[in-house]
Amino acid sequence: MTAIALSRPAGSPRRRLRRSGARVGMTLVAVAVLGAFLMPLLYMAVTSLKDQAQITDSSAPFYPVTQRAFEYEGQPLPVYVVPLDGGARELAIVRKGREDSDFVDPANPAAGIINWQGRWRTLDPAYSVDPKTENFAKVWEEIDFPKLLRNTLVIALVSTIGAVASAIVVAYGFSRFRFRFRGGLFIVLLATIMLSQQATLVPSYIIYSRIGWAGTWLPLIVPHFFANAYNVFLLRQYFMTIPRDLDEAAMIDGASPFRVLRSVIVPQAIPAIVAVSLFHFFYAWNEFLLALVYVGGVPDLWPLTLGIQQYAALYVTRVPLVQASAILTIAVPVVVFFLAQRAFMRGVVITGVEK
Amino acid sequence: MSTSSPGFVVPTTLVHPGRVRGGLARREEIWGYVFISPWIIGFALFTFLPMAAAAVFSLTDFDLRRPDDIRFIGLANYERLLTDPVVAQSIGVTLRFIAITVPLNLVVALGLALLLNSPRVAGKPLLRTLFYMPIQIPLVAATLIWAGVLNGSSGWVNTILGVIGINGPDWIGDSSWVLVTLALIGVWSVGNMMLIFVAGLQGVPSELYDAARVDGAGTWRTFRSVTLPLITPILFYNLLISLVTSFQTFIQAFVLKNGVPDAATNLFNLNLYRQAFSFNQMGYASGLAWVLFAVILGVTVILFWSSRRWVYYAAER
Repeated sequence: MTAIALSRPAGSPRRRLRRSGARVGMTLVAVAVLGAFLMPLLYMAVTSLKDQAQITDSSAPFYPVTQRAFEYEGQPLPVYVVPLDGGARELAIVRKGREDSDFVDPANPAAGIINWQGRWRTLDPAYSVDPKTENFAKVWEEIDFPKLLRNTLVIALVSTIGAVASAIVVAYGFSRFRFRFRGGLFIVLLATIMLSQQATLVPSYIIYSRIGWAGTWLPLIVPHFFANAYNVFLLRQYFMTIPRDLDEAAMIDGASPFRVLRSVIVPQAIPAIVAVSLFHFFYAWNEFLLALVYVGGVPDLWPLTLGIQQYAALYVTRVPLVQASAILTIAVPVVVFFLAQRAFMRGVVITGVEK
Repeated sequence: MSTSSPGFVVPTTLVHPGRVRGGLARREEIWGYVFISPWIIGFALFTFLPMAAAAVFSLTDFDLRRPDDIRFIGLANYERLLTDPVVAQSIGVTLRFIAITVPLNLVVALGLALLLNSPRVAGKPLLRTLFYMPIQIPLVAATLIWAGVLNGSSGWVNTILGVIGINGPDWIGDSSWVLVTLALIGVWSVGNMMLIFVAGLQGVPSELYDAARVDGAGTWRTFRSVTLPLITPILFYNLLISLVTSFQTFIQAFVLKNGVPDAATNLFNLNLYRQAFSFNQMGYASGLAWVLFAVILGVTVILFWSSRRWVYYAAER
């Protein structure tokens, strides 16, 4: 488990064998931990395919199933696992009696009725695998997924455009110009990272209600057009690594600072700008509290997060449908993450380590 | 942090050097303010103004239902919150939650980082990506997923515990376990901290490990005496972020309890939210917001102050 990064000279074959054994062992440990870590995702996927009856059925297996049924004389009959003398057999129940019941063998119905002495309620049902993909269609409709998705996309896209554009401009100011109080202002900027959103929530709500912004998306979008500290910090760190020769040359050629930013800095900072855009887009995608406060009373304006929270609160017991709604909500962020994971993970290290 | 830089090349030979430099410096300064102005305006409008407004509102009996009838009541809100049993109780819940979640996050993040930095583990880039991934899942959805998997009767965790003979608790309904549940949901977002730890571990010079090995130090001893001291700056950063975010926890508790938190999950922020938006007590809630802000500020200052004693900066030797 240590972080010892040594390149030892190749030892005897026996030692090498032991070392590759240790390698396999540690890798297996890591994979097992990963399995436990991601197990809830498997639970979500499997549960979203179950029907409501299986959630309360303690004898059912963990994967989505339904009890088998057999059509006998025009009646669908449930199938049970019946312990008979020759071993357990899967039989459809014809008559449910208190102390004995009648069954028929679905494989050979012509053989007639088989009587079994015992309480049928103690029998285990016979299941067959049966994923209920229709859960997704149902949730899709019930939460009005297209509406929630459209709302989330609009809020996230518009606020990302504002957040990234403003952060680029402000980061450029902090990284390339000397002005009085620059150090102090930058510290104030960083300090706002520590500021709890709740510290400004109540007064902001009062102010926004007064100017008629409550019940609209404006409080969720407009503040992002004024540069957020995380984004500025990340971009500023990156701009500092861009050599000044080019922008100085452009300056001498008479380019204005805006032009330098557009034609020299931005083209060289694309990886950092992509990272900031992704971070902010999914920050906006995940946002919940402001949506709850400002558009909680206007279902037509709900984003996905608020929509599924309200749905889950209303239908606490409908576990499979709630899990299906979670899948619909996480699909886009997770897929985009895997497509762009390098950009995400590099951004984290820039903000975290360089500090 | 503010590295002074050469700035612009000044053609000093053309005119009187002093005057040109002064003029250019002033122009540079103006451009600097122009570029950072979006943030300055935003800070004034969306941070400073609301905070100042909150300070004023906290001295009034502002009730949203009658917004035109605001009375100045001095420090009555602060007196009330000092004696309010709900506030005392919410502070207790918050501190207990922090005592569980912060160590859990740090230990899991550092443990994963050590594992994913070990030369004996194959496929590290893929493993890092997969361990990082859940941070991307919206917290609302993550809470719903965990609420399902930890469900006392139909969740998988208790089923698995049952297989190995442990009778799992009621993770959500039992008031002595629900804070652990909230902390577990938070562990899913440990990816940032983990990556920062990995970067820190990679910064430890390998000569030190060689030296420790030559001195006969074992795995634990090497970790304790070489790795840990050298990553204290990273540990400090992660501890600070973890503390601040735990004070701000809201979504997990709100979603887990379907919007109606009970005594066991009444974190400071949930109480604040309810005072403001369920009971319309805007003046009182503003006072609570200021108390929370002051507490977080205080904790941050104490942490920075204490860091001199335990954070090791190689450059300062």
